[in-house]
Amino acid sequence: MITLKRRHLLGLDGMSANEINLILDTAESFKEISERPVKKVPALRGKTIANLFFEPSTRTRLSFELAEKRLSADAVNFSASTSSVKKGETLRDTAENIQAMKVDMLVMRHGATGAPHFLSQILDASVINAGDGTHEHPTQGLLDIFTLREKWGDLKGRKVVIIGDIMHSRVARSNIFGLVTMGANVTVCGPPTMMPPHLDRLGVTVEPYLREAVEGADAVNVLRIQLERQHTSLFPSLDEYARVFGVNDDVLKLAKPDCIVMHPGPMNRGVEISHDVADGERAVILEQVTNGVAVRMAVLYLLSGGEAPEIKSEKSEIQAVADTEV
Amino acid sequence: MEIQHKAVLMDRDQIRRAVKRIAHEIVERNAGVEDIVVVGIRRRGVYLADRIAGYIGQIEGYQVPTGILDITLYRDDFQQRWQTPHIGVTEIKVDINDKIIILVDDVLYTGRTVRAALDELIDFGRPRRIQLAVLVDRGHREFPIKADYVGKNVPTSEDELVEVHLSELDEIDEVILAEKPA
Repeated sequence: MITLKRRHLLGLDGMSANEINLILDTAESFKEISERPVKKVPALRGKTIANLFFEPSTRTRLSFELAEKRLSADAVNFSASTSSVKKGETLRDTAENIQAMKVDMLVMRHGATGAPHFLSQILDASVINAGDGTHEHPTQGLLDIFTLREKWGDLKGRKVVIIGDIMHSRVARSNIFGLVTMGANVTVCGPPTMMPPHLDRLGVTVEPYLREAVEGADAVNVLRIQLERQHTSLFPSLDEYARVFGVNDDVLKLAKPDCIVMHPGPMNRGVEISHDVADGERAVILEQVTNGVAVRMAVLYLLSGGEAPEIKSEKSEIQAVADTEV
Repeated sequence: MEIQHKAVLMDRDQIRRAVKRIAHEIVERNAGVEDIVVVGIRRRGVYLADRIAGYIGQIEGYQVPTGILDITLYRDDFQQRWQTPHIGVTEIKVDINDKIIILVDDVLYTGRTVRAALDELIDFGRPRRIQLAVLVDRGHREFPIKADYVGKNVPTSEDELVEVHLSELDEIDEVILAEKPA
């Protein structure tokens, strides 16, 4: 039996195919719970989980909260706008104060890359990264892979195209790490100003032209254009972006006929994705949302299973932290 | 660590006769089978439930519905376990409200598995009655739970293991008494 030998989920970088499959297999079993009349199992009864969101989020936060509640954990929420962060408290102090209230797990979104990694090294609680800066969003990557695996069974040799702002997208990075590990052929496409250098080192193909990128694709994952970044002049106008990089039915004719269309949400309809594609038969955008709850339940369940009494000793604590470093 | 086999408690024919008898008892005690749903506890209870449902079909000419329970998430020792157990899928596709549920497991021991199964089952609805059928009752109950249908009562010591092998999973039908590895 393989088990998840880590206490934290910080990213998909360095996670093995076995570990990813274990999480996805577990998520498959959990999916059924959300279909029951009583959508709740007692697996995490008595565990307390704090959701620390230093950046706005609706979907991810709601998804984590539902996952926690369906496992019978006690969930508490924290958002930066209504907290003492406004009064100038440091991240470390905030986290240590929350831990002092005996919290078992922290789900954290933060604008700074590496913030959850930092907390994982100073806290006893398990830390789950719900998005850090422009770095990783591992549960989104897992749920995207889950959705593809559900359709195909196996990702090996499948062409998956990620389109949009690769540079600033934590969704893109987690997808790249996970998809490459699972054996998919990953192509990334976007404006040169949104394309980080040396991407080929991650094992992906960079294709600057949308039509070439989409050609023969088994799946396209359309990233959200972050309108809040528009002032940084990464592209001339939304209209132009929609014309050159917007995914519409016409572009998708070049992909395989049964090409799957994904989007992590929230969508800017008419910008990165057209209405006809977003509402079309190939879109699995709402399935992704459904799967997100199951995948997060699996992550919470598996990480809390690793929290046995033995790990409480100081030595194994250090060992456990070292195990998660990749 | 080698597990020491001490005795064969039941062979293929004995298992077949016991399961068949349980099917007859279920039909007799419930005076019919219209409202019966046979639910097996993962993993070996599932195959026993299928066999019981099959025999009931032969006896009454009526195929009773079956279901599967995976009680992993309802266990009371989950938080003490280091290894995360693999979770199977629970499949209760029929409405269990006002039905007679025959809960099936291979071995009845402490009663904790049955406790978890009862909790999970009740989350799916309100059955009229729940009855328990087991292939082997080996004693040592820790909860006030009693089986309605028993294939074989086997007095055991707590140092012993009772292993049920079923052809669907283990290629052979037998119940074995073994010594727990030291």
